[in-house]
Amino acid sequence: MINLNDIMETVTMISHENLDIRTITMGISLLDCADSDIDKSCEKIYKKITEKAGKLVSVGEEIEREYGIPIINKRISVTPIAMLVAVSGGDPVKYAKTLQRAAESTGVNFIGGFSALVHKGFSAGDKALIEAIPEALSATENVCASVNIGSTKSGINMDAVRLLGEVVRRAAEITEDRDCIGPAKLVVFCNAPEDNPFMAGAFHGVGEPDCVINVGVSGPGVVASALKKCDGDLGEVAEVIKRTAFKITRMGQLVGTEASRRLGVPFGIVDLSLAPTPAVGDSVAHILEEMGLDVCGTHGTTAALALLNDAVKKGGVMASSSVGGLSGAFIPVSEDAGMIAAARSGDLKIEKLEAMTAVCSVGLDMIVIPGDTPAEVISAIIADEAAIGMVNSKTTAVRVIPAIGKSEGEELSFGGLLGEGPVMPVNLKSSPKRFIERGGRIPAPLQSLKN
Amino acid sequence: MKKTVITVIGKDRCGYIASASAICAQSNVNIVDITQSVLEDMFVMVMLADISGLNCTFGEFSDKMRAFGEKEGLDVRVMHEDIFNAMHRI
Repeated sequence: MINLNDIMETVTMISHENLDIRTITMGISLLDCADSDIDKSCEKIYKKITEKAGKLVSVGEEIEREYGIPIINKRISVTPIAMLVAVSGGDPVKYAKTLQRAAESTGVNFIGGFSALVHKGFSAGDKALIEAIPEALSATENVCASVNIGSTKSGINMDAVRLLGEVVRRAAEITEDRDCIGPAKLVVFCNAPEDNPFMAGAFHGVGEPDCVINVGVSGPGVVASALKKCDGDLGEVAEVIKRTAFKITRMGQLVGTEASRRLGVPFGIVDLSLAPTPAVGDSVAHILEEMGLDVCGTHGTTAALALLNDAVKKGGVMASSSVGGLSGAFIPVSEDAGMIAAARSGDLKIEKLEAMTAVCSVGLDMIVIPGDTPAEVISAIIADEAAIGMVNSKTTAVRVIPAIGKSEGEELSFGGLLGEGPVMPVNLKSSPKRFIERGGRIPAPLQSLKN
Repeated sequence: MKKTVITVIGKDRCGYIASASAICAQSNVNIVDITQSVLEDMFVMVMLADISGLNCTFGEFSDKMRAFGEKEGLDVRVMHEDIFNAMHRI
């Protein structure tokens, strides 16, 4: 018989430590839906998504019941819509509304891919799509947008960076009555992964198969609980995290292969990310605090996060046949109870978060900034973050939410997994306006010349 | 043989094993192995059961078990054995 202790360990992880599969995401290529008539194109998209993903939610729930593992989200990612806009022309918001309709019929909670890849420049459809993002996010509820503005291979498209500063602000302005929810569904990437199952940044890359299942695991609470029992030095801390990450990932691998078998769709990757939620006991910040920091954000936070991120990957990589996506620890401020507390108390500042993004996956994520932050400052924040990603050959991203009409000391609340957060101070004393207005492209760094 | 692990955790009281076993019998689930212990006043029971002869869907069986847990204030879980093999064996 299976060891009793092993059974109890798994049951405790699920019942007390918030162990779950964060998401099963079905990637669907829409390249064969492109049509020069936008309405026909939309109809084909709707048909393909509902056909492919019709059973996604029910199969997810079936696995959940049979294996006793909570699967929190079932989601869909699609080919960057800018490519379809390139063929059809017309108003990109029509595509967003089609995706929303498809999300509602399939029952998924997010659909990602209202996206454009412009890291080296704009092609047909890209600019129109980017400019339509605020309207698209305001007119829909479950559609997520992302734009890749830089990469190690190509440098940073500063014209796109300038444009996106304005887009982020505009997205917040037109959703002011809904706690500025617009930009919470928009991610600006450097080195965006094409198989990421996590929202809001998921899209289905062009090199991907027609349809694929990717899985994102979670479990910050499990890691924190395991560390509670560890009194050893940091070498031992890393060992404990590795062992825990291995177990979490094995569960992800099992669920992923099972979902792919039942849906008849190839299995893509497991994303080894520690993704927090606002629930108590599901926080990445609390893991860092368990390592010995008073509060997340104090000196030493970057080092602790580097250790955590590396150990998660080392533990997880052996547990899965194929690892991909973002794979690392997430630090979304408004989605992490420990980070929210640290931001409220002033211990966690945006500058520290920027440093942290150099050693973990993603970047400045779910950060509420003052409502009077000008577009060029948002652009400059994006440029800084993209530079970290470009030089270090890693993914970085920006998802900041200007709290229109609010300033420091006030808060925004998005509800659900997106959480809530205080307005964090941004340096508004001086301006990067001239730098941002120059536009052009920051050339690719020497690191890009690997051949 | 398709096997499942049933765990029942809660405050100790007489009759839990009988009730859980009765649900298994009703659904034609054969209990292969059973272990239980009482830690202080907490009752922990783990059953390994063969579900290949199940006379209802797996979902219905697991719902019945869960309903029993909710009625008695117990934490009852029915989980496929593969999950434990995946997590704890290389």
